[in-house]
Amino acid sequence: MPSNPAIAANTRPWRDPAAKPFISIKSVTKRFGDFTAVNDVSLDIFRGELFCLLGGSGCGKSTLLRMLAGFETPTAGQIIIDGQDMGRVTPDKRPTNMMFQSYALFPHMSVEKNVAYGLMREGKSRAEAYERVGEMLKLVKLDQFARRKPHQLSGGQRQRVALARALAKQPKVLLLDEPLGALDKKLREETQFELVRIQETLGITFIVVTHDQDEAMTLATRIGVMTEGVIKQVGEPRQIYETPASRFVADFIGSVNLFEGQVQSLDGSQMRVRTTDLGEVLAPSAPGLSVGQTIWLAMRPERAWMTRDVPPDGVNTVPGVVQDMGYVGHMSSYLVQLANGRVIRVTQANEGRRDNPISWDESVHVSFDPPDFRVLTE
Amino acid sequence: MSDALPTPRRFPLTAGLMAGVGGLLGATAVGWLGLPPNVALLLSITVGVALLAFALGRVMGWSDRWMVIAIPLGWFLVFFLVPFFVLGRISLSEAIIARPPYSPLWDTAPDGSIEILASLQNYGFILGESLYRNAYLSSMQVAAVSTVFALLIGYPIAYYIARSEEPKRSILLLMVILPFWTSFLLRVYAWIGFLRREGVINNLLLWAGIIDEPLVMMQTPGAVYVGIVYTYLPFMILPLYATLVKLDGALLEAAADLGASPIVTFFTVTLPLSLPGIVAGSMLVFIPAVGEYVIPALLGPSDMLMIGRTLWDEFFSSRDWPVASAVAIIMLILVVLPIMWLQSVQNRQEQR
Repeated sequence: MPSNPAIAANTRPWRDPAAKPFISIKSVTKRFGDFTAVNDVSLDIFRGELFCLLGGSGCGKSTLLRMLAGFETPTAGQIIIDGQDMGRVTPDKRPTNMMFQSYALFPHMSVEKNVAYGLMREGKSRAEAYERVGEMLKLVKLDQFARRKPHQLSGGQRQRVALARALAKQPKVLLLDEPLGALDKKLREETQFELVRIQETLGITFIVVTHDQDEAMTLATRIGVMTEGVIKQVGEPRQIYETPASRFVADFIGSVNLFEGQVQSLDGSQMRVRTTDLGEVLAPSAPGLSVGQTIWLAMRPERAWMTRDVPPDGVNTVPGVVQDMGYVGHMSSYLVQLANGRVIRVTQANEGRRDNPISWDESVHVSFDPPDFRVLTE
Repeated sequence: MSDALPTPRRFPLTAGLMAGVGGLLGATAVGWLGLPPNVALLLSITVGVALLAFALGRVMGWSDRWMVIAIPLGWFLVFFLVPFFVLGRISLSEAIIARPPYSPLWDTAPDGSIEILASLQNYGFILGESLYRNAYLSSMQVAAVSTVFALLIGYPIAYYIARSEEPKRSILLLMVILPFWTSFLLRVYAWIGFLRREGVINNLLLWAGIIDEPLVMMQTPGAVYVGIVYTYLPFMILPLYATLVKLDGALLEAAADLGASPIVTFFTVTLPLSLPGIVAGSMLVFIPAVGEYVIPALLGPSDMLMIGRTLWDEFFSSRDWPVASAVAIIMLILVVLPIMWLQSVQNRQEQR
């Protein structure tokens, strides 16, 4: 095992247009009868990436993963892994291994036999296979449990056996279907970093399917946001969060206030937008916009700020009344009702213990910095 | 365990009450339903035993699960355990020409001393006689071979049904169960129509020109195997289906994903995980096949030694109840011991 494999998290090959992708999904479509699960998806994934397919249930992310593993055959399109067309390659011949959502551990085999299963199929000798099994179990910190049966393990331990079994054959690509879905919150957070550690140690390309945006944000080098069989946006977690490409992505990742409006006037890097909820506001301009066009302004709740008095230098300021608040510890979340009845979400960091925090039914002024608006056209 | 245990003092009262209710039910059955007295007696014994078990459970603080099985347990006691002890008792005596046709187990001499007449001589006789030994061996062999055939035929069928989608699956299952709607006896008779000299199979083969002379199929051991496998096949298929349908498809995908071909997957994953179904199905075929009487009598050669027929002959031709009882008891032991062993193996496996 190389101690420092070149991992995509450091080199970011997707930023280099000349970089050669490791996995190419080309116009792949999958239909089940009348239902189109995956609709003309194209996607490039690079060696050493930890790529997350993120989406709600039924968005087609699992079907895409299963096509990579070979359990489903694309209705149309092509999948290429490391230069090899996967068209007629059966699952047992593919350079991929999968970690199943249910873990799919063989209940009649001990932990070590489960991990050795793939190695024995390769025709490795017992000694060779079990040496590798020992290594793998050490990696996932289960060397004490080699002789246990799966039902004698906790959920978290089973998850790690499944990971060790999938990694044992040193696949070119590891496919993980909701790898942390069955774990409780605390264990899930610990395991997220554990997964990243293992991925960076081994340098294997990981493709993770998840519905949990926090998980995707924590794990991924890049995220592909899926809905209704198509990938809406691909990007680094920061890009996805800060510069969502559409209302769907903005709304799906984190929480957001969306304001519909028309472009009033364009002025270099800024523009004036007439919105129903905020009145006329200043927003950053974007290329390709024209006066009169309908657009949406996306604003993250933590980027808005809230004061009791009118801020002296405020540009985009609207009055409102605190309708509800929730104290979460490091921050408080407010629902503020504007004059026209629209309720917006604002969060404020709780920095000092002796603050005099804004509370229920107070009249406040909510202000938005123009650069914090994200202008969306779809 | 229930938290309010009744005091043991209440046990005689409860037991008396229960037995009383049992008796009352029996009496009612005789009076109102016009049942023959011995049927009513059995009924009231069953109910009484069940209620007694219920009362006992209350006192011992058994969980409610035991209460639920009290009635089947009572049934089992009356129709299996009691006859078993009756047979056991008869097997220890000697055949005499009297009613009943066996000697008592002890005799009271005029001077008041008790003479024990019970002996194990019937068992010694059976074990020493090659006729019985061969009958046992041939029965076990017929049952074992039939079980293997039933497994080989039943497994693919069960697998196919388990892997089918609804509604096809329900239809296939129905087809497996459908023969039970006709009497077992009729279905065995129907095989005569197929197997005899001018039967369906011979006519078909002659017509097709495959054979020139009719094959002899009736009254051969082969016909007995066909009959037994045909009759008991559903008992193999159903438990196999029940375990195979529970098999998680993800396990098969996982095996394929780890590089196992479909055949390797079958032998390393599917087969070991369906072992409980194989064991259950095999027992359901093997056990009744050992004692099978009707099928060899209708389809088999007259000289085919089967323990079921020997049993029949001893009871009804020789009228030697004690020897017949001993034959039955030995058969039971031969069948029950392997089952108990299998069960204990299975239990140990589950605990591991």
